[in-house]
Amino acid sequence: MAHDTHPAPSTVYHPAPPGMDTKIAARDLTVRYGGALALDRVHIDMPGRAVTACIGPSGCGKSTFLRCINRMNDTIDTARVTGSIRIDGEEVNDRSIDPVLLRARVGMVFQKPNPFPKSIYENVAYGPRIHGLAAGKDELDAIVETSLTKAGLWKEVADRLHQPGTSLSGGQQQRLVIARAIAVNPEVILMDEPCSALDPIATARIEELIDELRENYALIIVTHSMAQAARVSQMTAFFHLGALVEYGPTEEIFTNPRDQRTQDYITGRFG
Amino acid sequence: MTNQVKAPHIVKAFSEELEQLSADVAAMGGLAESLVSDALEAAATRDGDLAADVVARDVQVDAMQRDIEKKIIRLLALRHPIAQDLRVCIAALKIVSDLERVGDLAKSIARRVPTLNDSDPTAFAASVDRMGKLVLSHMHEVLDAYATGQAARAVAVWERDDDVDEHYNALFRELLRAMRDDPSMIGPGAHLLFIAKNLERIGDHATNIAEVIHYLVTGRELAPERPRAPRPEMHR
Repeated sequence: MAHDTHPAPSTVYHPAPPGMDTKIAARDLTVRYGGALALDRVHIDMPGRAVTACIGPSGCGKSTFLRCINRMNDTIDTARVTGSIRIDGEEVNDRSIDPVLLRARVGMVFQKPNPFPKSIYENVAYGPRIHGLAAGKDELDAIVETSLTKAGLWKEVADRLHQPGTSLSGGQQQRLVIARAIAVNPEVILMDEPCSALDPIATARIEELIDELRENYALIIVTHSMAQAARVSQMTAFFHLGALVEYGPTEEIFTNPRDQRTQDYITGRFG
Repeated sequence: MTNQVKAPHIVKAFSEELEQLSADVAAMGGLAESLVSDALEAAATRDGDLAADVVARDVQVDAMQRDIEKKIIRLLALRHPIAQDLRVCIAALKIVSDLERVGDLAKSIARRVPTLNDSDPTAFAASVDRMGKLVLSHMHEVLDAYATGQAARAVAVWERDDDVDEHYNALFRELLRAMRDDPSMIGPGAHLLFIAKNLERIGDHATNIAEVIHYLVTGRELAPERPRAPRPEMHR
């Protein structure tokens, strides 16, 4: 293996906040795309009911890391994942894990809102229906309403549930996608630059939503906005060239980063 | 000029603004220090003109504070500094407020010079001058520590402030005794007492600045409270 020839990347770990529970734990997590090493032996414990921000320059491995958590890398033929990633102690890469069920437990929101070409109602109802989470129409209606309410979208769409999801604005579509993820009772929500296609007001709404969602879910967000990472997250992980460079409470990372690379990146000094 | 700002920013103007900010604070420190030094010299040499000059120059210190604060607000609003850059801004904001007070205290010393000149010189003037030189050396050292980003030098000053306090306490007791023994000493004695008190407070500002430099360089607070000798005013 290529990484055996060079020493494991050293990571600066700040002390975890007292009483932090570990939801997601990665050990020696390595990803290769063909011959290229995209993620190099990442070791990290991420909390439940909190927001963890993954930051770093393009190509640093932060999105690759995110995609390990719900096995999205399975969809790339050349991707090879080694090492361990566990959710509540359960190995995600285990053969016995059904990726479809895993992705219900670990929802994902992408950069560009991607509602199904169906009605607002169907976008949210689809997941619970295929996973058999609702016994009948009334129960399904209730799930749709609760999910849209939690996503902060109910009031805006209550009277037009049967219009196409794509008829909504970008910010509304992103909240619809979040409602869709919530509808199947996930434990973890992954967000890959969820606001980069949104205006500042829609961004503020999503950030407010993220803050509310962390009461019930573990959220992991990849963002290029330092300010957003600082605003929404409690923990921050800085990746560089496939390595986890520094990890700790967001306040520590942004006021007193210890690794020079972290410092240079967050203060805008990276060449 | 300082090692506070390490590698340059991708946005060059940001680096330049931070460097200019540190340079401005250092310049304001130089001016405040010269005010203290000249106020002491005016008192020692009974030079009324130099004293008047100190009073006039304090206006410049105030103007520099306003100018630097404006620059910091602009930096915070437009550049959103974080980590070491944020510390550079916050440290500058705190230091200029200490320096402004130092300027005021130097002015207050200078204002007493004409009145002191109306009475005969006393033996205590030399003692006050010695205390002044000590305070001045602390100011100088702490400003050097700022300019060079050396937290250890700042901490050394912080630990030495007891010397100033002891000097002040001794002077306080001697002046009180002298005024009790000789009522004609009450006038000049009271003025010297105020000058000594002002110097002691300048020393406090120097230790404040030392604390800020420690934070600026290391990102950590210095120990919560420096151990202090009891104040003589509080005891009979």
